[in-house]
Amino acid sequence: MTTHPSLAAIARYADREADLDEVTTWSVEVHLESCADCRSLMAGYTTGDTRALLDRIATGLDRGIAAGPAPTRPRRWAAARHRWLVWHLMPWLTMTVAVLACAALLEAAQPSFPSLVALLAPVAPLPGVAVAWSRRHDPAWELIAGTPRSGLAMLLRRTAAVLAVVVPALALASDRTGVSLAVTLLPCLAFTAATIALGAYAGVRRAAAVLGTAWTLAVIVPAVVTADPPVVLQPGSSLGWALLTLVLGGFAVTQAATFRRLSSRN
Amino acid sequence: MRTVSAAETAPSLHPWAIHAEELQVRAGRHLAVNGLDLTLGTGVHGLLGPNGAGKTTLMRALATVLKPAAGRLRLLGEPVDGRADLRQVRRRLGYLPQQFGFYPRFTLREFVEYMAWLKEMPKTAIPGATQRAIERVGLEAKAGARMKTLSGGMLRRAGIAQAIVNDPAVLLLDEPTVGLDPEQRLDFRELLRDVGVDSCVLVSTHLVEDVVAACSDVVLVNEGRLVYQGTPDDLIAQGGAGDPGDSPAERGYSALLRRDRAVSAR
Repeated sequence: MTTHPSLAAIARYADREADLDEVTTWSVEVHLESCADCRSLMAGYTTGDTRALLDRIATGLDRGIAAGPAPTRPRRWAAARHRWLVWHLMPWLTMTVAVLACAALLEAAQPSFPSLVALLAPVAPLPGVAVAWSRRHDPAWELIAGTPRSGLAMLLRRTAAVLAVVVPALALASDRTGVSLAVTLLPCLAFTAATIALGAYAGVRRAAAVLGTAWTLAVIVPAVVTADPPVVLQPGSSLGWALLTLVLGGFAVTQAATFRRLSSRN
Repeated sequence: MRTVSAAETAPSLHPWAIHAEELQVRAGRHLAVNGLDLTLGTGVHGLLGPNGAGKTTLMRALATVLKPAAGRLRLLGEPVDGRADLRQVRRRLGYLPQQFGFYPRFTLREFVEYMAWLKEMPKTAIPGATQRAIERVGLEAKAGARMKTLSGGMLRRAGIAQAIVNDPAVLLLDEPTVGLDPEQRLDFRELLRDVGVDSCVLVSTHLVEDVVAACSDVVLVNEGRLVYQGTPDDLIAQGGAGDPGDSPAERGYSALLRRDRAVSAR
C-alpha cells in the first residue's frame, strides 16, 4: 500500500481550476503537512503567480516576526516553585523561624537553662503542617480538593515544603547553641509524622493543636518550671524517636484513603 | 487539527454521565441533599432552585469534594461514594465552585497551568491546553496579569478557564454568570453549547433566562429533592397566566415550586 497521493492528484490539488472532490482534497492536504517530498513535488506544479504570492507572504511574515515580541522562554523554575511553595504558608513559616531565632538568642543568654531550641523543635513544624491541609487557610481549597492530585501525596508535598524551611532553621539554631542535632531533628520529624497519622482521624489542624498542647503541658512547662532538661530529650533517646518516626510514618501511609476528600474536620 | 486517541473513540459503557440514587449529602449537620434521584447524560443541564435548596451541596458532592452520607452516586460509570479511588474520575472533571478561591500572586496563566497540573494532564499538553482555555473565555490579553488585578467578571471567566482546561467529560459550574455583563453572558452561552456537544455540563444558576437560552434540559430541586426534570419548553408549558413571573419561563418555575410546596405541606 502506497501512502503518497498519485502525481495526478497532486497536480489537480495544485491547480485551482481543476475539479477535485473534497475527500481527496483533505487527504492530500493532510499528507502534504507531513511529507516534504510531496510538498516539493507540488511546488513544481505551481504557476508563476502563485510563487510570487507565496514570496510576498513569506517576506511579510519574516518582517512581522522580526518586528514582533521575542518568544518567551518557558519558565520551568517558576512552575516548579508554584508546585512546591505554597504562598499562604509564608506567614506561618516566617513566624516559626522568628520564634526559633528568639529561642536560640535566649539560650545563648542563659546557657545553664535547658535548651529552648530542643524543647521547641518537636512543635516547630506543626503550625505549618496544620495550615498546609486546611480549608480555612487555603483560598483555593475547594478547587484543589476536587483534583486527582489532592490527597496524601499533596499533603506530603506541602509538609516537605514546611520541613525544607524548618529543618535548616533548627539545624542552624542547634549548631549555634551546641545541642545534639539528633535530639533536635528526630523529635521534629516524629511529631510531623504523628500529626499526619492522627490527622487521618481527627483532621490535620486538630491533630496539630492536640499534639502541640500535649507537648507544651507535658514537657515544656515542667522543664521551664524546674529548669531540668526533660528525660525524653536526653541524648540516649534518639533511637526511640527514630523508631517512632518510622512507625508513625508507615501508619500514615496506610491511611492514605482518608485524605482523598478535604473533610469538614480540616 | 489533533490526533484522536483510541480512548476517545471507544464506546462509553455507562448510560449516564451523572447517576445519583437516593443521594444524601450533609452540609454541616443538616442534610442539604435528601433522597435525590438524578440521571444526566450528554448536553447542557440547568440546575434551578431557591436559596437553600441544596444546589451548592449537590454540586460539591458531584465534584467529589464532599462525601455522600448515604445513597449511591456514579460519575462516568464509576462509583464515587464511600472509599472509592477517585483519581480516574477526577481527571475528567471540571469544577467551578461558588466561592472561587485563588492565589492572588499567581498570574492567570500560572494559575490555569497549576490547575492543569493538579488535574494530572500530560506535561507536554499543559501549555497548549492553558492557552486554548484562556482564549475560549476571551482573556488572552490578561494572561500575564496577576490574579489580584482582575475584575469580578474576569475572575469568573478565569474560573471557567481552569474548569475547561482538561476538556472535562463532566463540567460543573456553580453560578458561573455572576458578575458577567450581558455581552459576556452571550459569549458564555455560546461556550456552554460548544462544550455541551460531547460532554455533560451542569450549570447551577438563579437566572431562569440563562437556562432557557443555553440549556437542553432543566433540573429543579427544592429542599434537597428533585422536583422536576424536563426541557425548557416543558418548563414554560408548566406556567399559567396567574403565576408570578415576568417571562413564561419564570412563570413555569414559580408554578412548579408552588405546586411542590403545596404537596410537601400536606
